[in-house]
Amino acid sequence: MKVQIDVGFCQGHGRCYDLAPGLFGDDEEGYGKVLGDGVVPPEKEDDARRAALNCPEHAIGLIEGT
Amino acid sequence: MAVDNRFAQDHWEKRDGESAGIRSEIVTGPVSDWTADFSHMEPEWSADPYPIQDDLRQRCPIAHTDRFGGGWLPTRYEDIAAIAADTEHFSSRSIIMGNFRPPVEIAPIGGSPPITSDPPFHHDARKLLLPAFTKTAVSRLQPATKEFCHSLIDAFEGRDVVDAAADYAQHIPMRVIADMLGFPPQDGPQFREFAKNTLEGINLPREERVTRMSALFYYLLAQVHDHLDNPRDDLTTFLINAELDGRKLEVSHVVGTMTLLLIAGIDTTWSAIGASLWHLARNPGDRRRLVAEPQLLPTAMEEFLRAYAPVTMARLVKEDMHFRGVEMKAGDWILLSYPAANRDPAQFDRADQAIIDRQINRHAAFGLGIHRCLGSHLARMELRVALEAWLERIPEFSLADPSAVAWSTGQVRGPRTLPLRIRRG
Repeated sequence: MKVQIDVGFCQGHGRCYDLAPGLFGDDEEGYGKVLGDGVVPPEKEDDARRAALNCPEHAIGLIEGT
Repeated sequence: MAVDNRFAQDHWEKRDGESAGIRSEIVTGPVSDWTADFSHMEPEWSADPYPIQDDLRQRCPIAHTDRFGGGWLPTRYEDIAAIAADTEHFSSRSIIMGNFRPPVEIAPIGGSPPITSDPPFHHDARKLLLPAFTKTAVSRLQPATKEFCHSLIDAFEGRDVVDAAADYAQHIPMRVIADMLGFPPQDGPQFREFAKNTLEGINLPREERVTRMSALFYYLLAQVHDHLDNPRDDLTTFLINAELDGRKLEVSHVVGTMTLLLIAGIDTTWSAIGASLWHLARNPGDRRRLVAEPQLLPTAMEEFLRAYAPVTMARLVKEDMHFRGVEMKAGDWILLSYPAANRDPAQFDRADQAIIDRQINRHAAFGLGIHRCLGSHLARMELRVALEAWLERIPEFSLADPSAVAWSTGQVRGPRTLPLRIRRG
């Protein structure tokens, strides 16, 4: 699994880096950013799903099977 | 170096705040029909708006009123989200629905940028402020906030009943924002008056409202002068020195943004802390579970924000338009109820219940779209620290007198009187 953020939708609510701090961080203006290459270790797949399902702007994409 | 004389008496217009624009007749009194005469300023709305919103959502779902010069109240999540996202058709030039509508010419800046700003100006005005309000930046304020919460609880020594709204929740955001702006912490009671006048005073006679708003303006101007004389590391000095496109900000921008930062952070976070404690006082099962499982607090907090979202925004319709079955006119208000969005059963499972371990919670308590609450990370920090400190020190509490609980009126809703019987741990 891989995560990505659609910067056109992200408004900096920060739910992703609250819920999955190992996968997402905040930039200097508080917008979410994907840490590293966005590849999700198997043990963090639930965190990634929670982050995506709690984003108020539907800005997080999950690419399964990568 | 040129003298900064932007703030000298003869360089800013004496503002009565409402020199141009449209005033409407002040209409108060019981609502005859919520679908056609709604008002967010009446006691039945303040006491419990949720059954009214739920009823409208089922049978209306976009209510109208002739009060405030005319306005609309959408109650479905999808309609509220669509309006929040549509800055083409809906302006933020006033975000408090009342009896005065500022002229179109005030856009795209508005009176308190960036909350009153429209694109493209909004983007740059907001960008200036974002770095001070990131989760990382506000985490630096956490130790002092925690210490302050504990000092408020220390002062409960010897009391069995305390007012959690007036003696606790209220003081936390006032202290935090005073520190950020570099205002004297002892001015807190004045901030409370300023916030109340701005948010709850909308049906006051015009002269009275103008007088009260002027008091806020002059207070802020005095703070600007104090910071010009004694610059320091705070948001006021930052705004005085900030530049957009290579130019320092207009006086109206500096003072307008200070107004926003002072007002927006106080009643809102006070409401969120108070409503959370109100819920826990009435639901001993949830209270005991949170005391036993403090790791659940982040999830519970989001649920309190969803179920008791304090903030409703407003927009103004730009041009006559058809919107999802209703005919909106230019200048009509939209009362943008994020609390109503948050209780839409089409969006949330068991929307009318507060479920403290709700795992999927795409709530809109901090708004949607480009105006996402600038202070959301600050508010979350304050709410978490305030609840952590309370639950750690006062694990047992209940409503001392349910009939004495009183809620604020208008677009920011939370308990203003909340007597709790406490037993410290």
